[in-house]
Amino acid sequence: MTTDPTGTAPTGTAPTSTVFEYAPAPESRSILDLKASYGLFVDGEFVDGHGSSFKTINPATEEVLAEVAEADDADVDAAVRAARRAHTRVWSRMSGSERAKYLYRIARIIQERGRELAVLESLDNGKPIKESRDVDVPIVAAHFFYYAGWADKLEHSGYGTTPLGVAGQIIPWNFPLMMLAWKIAPALACGNTVVLKPAETTPLTALLFAEICQQADLPPGVVNIVTGAGGTGQALVSHPDVDKVAFTGSTDVGKAIARAVAGSTKRVTLELGGKAANIVFDDAPLDQAVEGIVDGIFFNQGHVCCAGSRLLVQESIAEELLAKLKTRMGTLRVGDPLDKNTDVGAINSAEQLQRIRELSQVGEDEGAGRWSPPCDLPERGFWFPPTLFTGVTQAHRIAREEIFGPVLSVLTFRTPSEAVEKANNTPYGLSAGVWTEKGSLILHMAGALRAGVVWANTFNKFDPTSPFGGYKESGQGREGGRHGLAAYLKGGDL
Amino acid sequence: MSRVDVRKTYKLFIGGAFPRSESGYSYAVNDAKGKFVANAALASRKDARDAVVAARKAAGGWAARTAYNRAQILYRVAELVEDRRPQFVAAVQQSEGLSAARANAAVDASVDRLVWYAGWADKLTQVVGNANPVAGPFFNLTTPEPTGVVAVLGPQQSSLLGLVSVIAPVLTTGNVVVLVSSHDRPLPAVTFAEVLATSDVPAGVVNVLTGSAATLGPWLASHMDVNAIDLVGVAGDPALATDLEVAAADNLKRVRRAPAAEPDWTLTPRLDTMTDFLELKTVWHPMGV
Repeated sequence: MTTDPTGTAPTGTAPTSTVFEYAPAPESRSILDLKASYGLFVDGEFVDGHGSSFKTINPATEEVLAEVAEADDADVDAAVRAARRAHTRVWSRMSGSERAKYLYRIARIIQERGRELAVLESLDNGKPIKESRDVDVPIVAAHFFYYAGWADKLEHSGYGTTPLGVAGQIIPWNFPLMMLAWKIAPALACGNTVVLKPAETTPLTALLFAEICQQADLPPGVVNIVTGAGGTGQALVSHPDVDKVAFTGSTDVGKAIARAVAGSTKRVTLELGGKAANIVFDDAPLDQAVEGIVDGIFFNQGHVCCAGSRLLVQESIAEELLAKLKTRMGTLRVGDPLDKNTDVGAINSAEQLQRIRELSQVGEDEGAGRWSPPCDLPERGFWFPPTLFTGVTQAHRIAREEIFGPVLSVLTFRTPSEAVEKANNTPYGLSAGVWTEKGSLILHMAGALRAGVVWANTFNKFDPTSPFGGYKESGQGREGGRHGLAAYLKGGDL
Repeated sequence: MSRVDVRKTYKLFIGGAFPRSESGYSYAVNDAKGKFVANAALASRKDARDAVVAARKAAGGWAARTAYNRAQILYRVAELVEDRRPQFVAAVQQSEGLSAARANAAVDASVDRLVWYAGWADKLTQVVGNANPVAGPFFNLTTPEPTGVVAVLGPQQSSLLGLVSVIAPVLTTGNVVVLVSSHDRPLPAVTFAEVLATSDVPAGVVNVLTGSAATLGPWLASHMDVNAIDLVGVAGDPALATDLEVAAADNLKRVRRAPAAEPDWTLTPRLDTMTDFLELKTVWHPMGV
């Protein structure tokens, strides 16, 4: 095997491949109209918060982008009351076909302002512009289009037509705008109003979305955005007039939310962590599999709950596959998120970078072999090179814990049953990948894997019509598709 | 003199066997009028853990049965309850103090409920699954799967109809059960276990613990190898129900919350009795040459 037996070398030798020199191709920031400070979006207007404020930075440069209000309990209460009023007086009384037209309007404006949203997302999050432009924003628009069409067809959903009321929604920093769409679009389509808290490190696109709601003349209070950190989220979850809590984030916080709502009538959906196995059999199309592995773990800097962070490769092809994988990793361009050639952008925060570094160090300390392609990282900002570990066993922490970064753990197996056992040997169950040309083996594996999404001969595909969500400690409930309506309708537990 | 009858020892049902409690404890069970009937085994936390182990061992095989086969087996359970009708009518009368007519009606409804759920086994996937028209060249299908080991705190009042109504949905969806029976009315549950043992239900698929939901509930709610819990047996005790829901968050069990009061079991069940214990799996595959 082409492993590093000592596990000491931080970077490997350059694989034989052709890396073209590209001139920088930065996307312009001039499309943005960034303000120095932002308030909260409550009842259709931007208002000052009662609490303190915090800075949001560009993780690629550590430049301060804006000052953002930190909503306190009173701010959250005001937002929930605005949402309740809007629900009672306007949104729940409006016909589904009228609600639909507001959602279609929002979808259209997202398309119209797509470039602006993409640039802002890359700036605040650190993800490559080619991803925010070609993946995130198009999916966001598509999500609003999809659920817009449900608004006047709910009697065919199987879950009734009665909304829950006010939804408190908390989203993470890895896909700020996409997670916003996954939360807000189905909630509004079903006749709920929302109070949404974006992540502390990525509040800006949610605030731009608030402007889009204004442009769409969405009735005041239907969407409220409260920026802040954990305390703001807790206030929202525990607010007595919130009927539904929707959360995407870490499993630890998900469990805390499940405890916080215990004994109440609040409905909850949770999209939490993962440690997905990406399983490659010896008859797999290897070049395609390599693309899938790279996409599975290095897409969005590995800040993906469904990332294929454990590569399970059949022993007989491990050497060949790893050679190809290393060659491919050598062609990944790490750097300026706004450069259109960039494949891997910045790590979202200093805190997350610290966690990735710590766990990677643990990987080395526990004896796994660490390898990264040679790559120059910018001096300022938060960066981590695409990294893989070989010689990983199931006992290693890097095979068990979610790293949430561009770090791949490679394990091997001999038989399908061993692959299933290893893949399922985790408290998580969000996603899994299978690579083989044998159809019956795909269907066998798809059935045996305990995960909410199984990608066969592909990975990290998302679509508004396709339900997404986890088994076990990866969460409860589904987002997307007809099933995504269940989270926001009274009959949704059917 | 009349003949001295041979009385039944009411035992637990774990992994297809009928053990006494490993703790050696039992408790006196009285009929509705307060007259002693029998000593039932008082299940301990060790019994609960043993039951979870037995259930886990049986889970894969039961989930892998064809839906048609699960339907056949549940229908067989209905047949055997019908076959033992006089015994169940007497047991329900004794436990719940019902008139003969009402006890008969409860047994009728129990048999019919089993037949209803048996029929769902091979239909639910079609009702709650979906083909998804994604915007790309992919096959994309969402299907329900059993969540795994389900702990059921059985209803305290309805000793047979309520019992059947909480076990059958878990079985028909391919899940396995660790049941805590009604504390005061446990004997129909033991007799029902004897039916299960002779109905082709594989060992460990249903495990019946007689005893206290308040005692056993916390161990099952916090057990890391239990996937879901039905709290109907602590209906009317919101403090305990909340504690159990908090404990269940340790591994994010799927929780069927306790209602304010025990439900009216004569009503036709809703689909959530089954879907609460299902996971949805979405499979993608490219389409092309």
